Amino acid sequence: MREGLKTQDGGIQYDLSASTFSPDGRVFQVEYAMKAVENSSTAIGIRCKDGVVFGVEKLVLSKLYEQGSNKRIFNVDRHVGMAVAGLLADARSLSEVAREEASNFRSNYGHNIPLKHLSERVAMYVHAYTLYSAVRPFGCSFILGSYDQDDGPQLYMVDPSGISYGYWGCAIGKAKQAAKTEIEKLQMKDMTCRELVKEVAKIIYIVHDEVKDKAFELELSWVGEVTNGKHELVPKDVREEAEKYAKDSLEEEDDSDEENM
Amino acid sequence: KMAAATATRFCQQLSSVSDMSPDWTTKEVSTGTTIMAVEYEGGVVIGADSRTTTGAYIANRVTDKLTPIHDRIFCCRSGSAADTQAIADIVTYQLGFHSIELDEAPLVQTAANLFKASCYRYREELMAGIIVAGWDKRRGGQVYTVPVGGMLVRQPVSVGGSGSTYIYGFMDSNYKPNMTKEQCLHLVSGALSLAMERDGSSGGVIRLAAISESGVERQVILGNQLPKWSTA
Repeated sequence: MREGLKTQDGGIQYDLSASTFSPDGRVFQVEYAMKAVENSSTAIGIRCKDGVVFGVEKLVLSKLYEQGSNKRIFNVDRHVGMAVAGLLADARSLSEVAREEASNFRSNYGHNIPLKHLSERVAMYVHAYTLYSAVRPFGCSFILGSYDQDDGPQLYMVDPSGISYGYWGCAIGKAKQAAKTEIEKLQMKDMTCRELVKEVAKIIYIVHDEVKDKAFELELSWVGEVTNGKHELVPKDVREEAEKYAKDSLEEEDDSDEENM
Repeated sequence: KMAAATATRFCQQLSSVSDMSPDWTTKEVSTGTTIMAVEYEGGVVIGADSRTTTGAYIANRVTDKLTPIHDRIFCCRSGSAADTQAIADIVTYQLGFHSIELDEAPLVQTAANLFKASCYRYREELMAGIIVAGWDKRRGGQVYTVPVGGMLVRQPVSVGGSGSTYIYGFMDSNYKPNMTKEQCLHLVSGALSLAMERDGSSGGVIRLAAISESGVERQVILGNQLPKWSTA
């Protein structure tokens, strides 16, 4: 439903720039940016008792791609990881912004940046791009996660409008609703990272649409007690165990469906 | 030190009768000083003398060299009075802003790093020896020393200022780890008293403060109540 800039029917357009409100108080450019995120494949982040786990459904558009290219999980600081959905180029640019913020903080104040503060700073940056007609809003959402001895595990999400929320579990991208439903079933506050990493893999496999999107790579990363506070991609053996668990769970469900029929 | 010497020579040249006028008309205001800070279980005890000199004249005999930077973070100032006051004001502003942004009480380590940043960047122009001490909920009581030059190091005990040279032996033999607050207060007042006795640039009253989770307790030990170390 668009209101047009002096279109033939005489109406006026409010969606051409981020510096214009519509009569019902919406900034359409920001909403369109969020649409860009919804078109991207899913990314989830879950916070548990002793850490944070990220999972990204990375759709492989061509067999010619090198395996592991176009990563969607970034390291922002030693103790902070970032999983993204939306326009990957916009996300890369924001990961650089987050890295600089974290680095400057450490340089000025002598210790790790608290995740709440980092997410507020990056959110402020994202918000700035929703104020002017000369630029467009960022077309990506991202999830930030960290672990340290004093604050424990933390999880924050930032969206194109420039707000940040703290979460226990969070999903962005095309299957975020389905993913959220699965996440809500988990008792994450009582789980450890090792248990959670298998559940995250399972959720990504569940929400992946075999019909519409064919091949995908699962990107898994974690930060917590298990990694001594360092954010890193999950080691090969843990990955394989998690993917096996995910595939087996799906088969079980298929089998039980057949029995029901 | 070179900068201070150049400054004083410049000031002397300005006064055409420098040989005839007393040195306090030409010398920089200095917190000659003895300062110290000690960590204990649950907090820190800090102490300082109260003498500020311009040459041989005591410009202020009741100075407060223990300056609050935040609710539970203090600094002990030695060196140039102007320099240390200016730096303390800047760090107070920076730390206050940082604390509001974070919506959390600031860490002692953060305050110490801010002092270090200023003291190191402007090391050629400054003459400031600062001890940063306080309590935060992450690491409890902490003492960080930032001597002239702008180094930063955490120590369980630290002494500073011109009078500190006279009490290194006393500290080495009398400090023991894991003392109580009362033992620390006793140690600090005893050490400061000895230094004030021997160092011409230190004297006056002893100012003490104990910083812990529950807050800051300040006290003053007047001249006639100073701990006595000799019968003379």
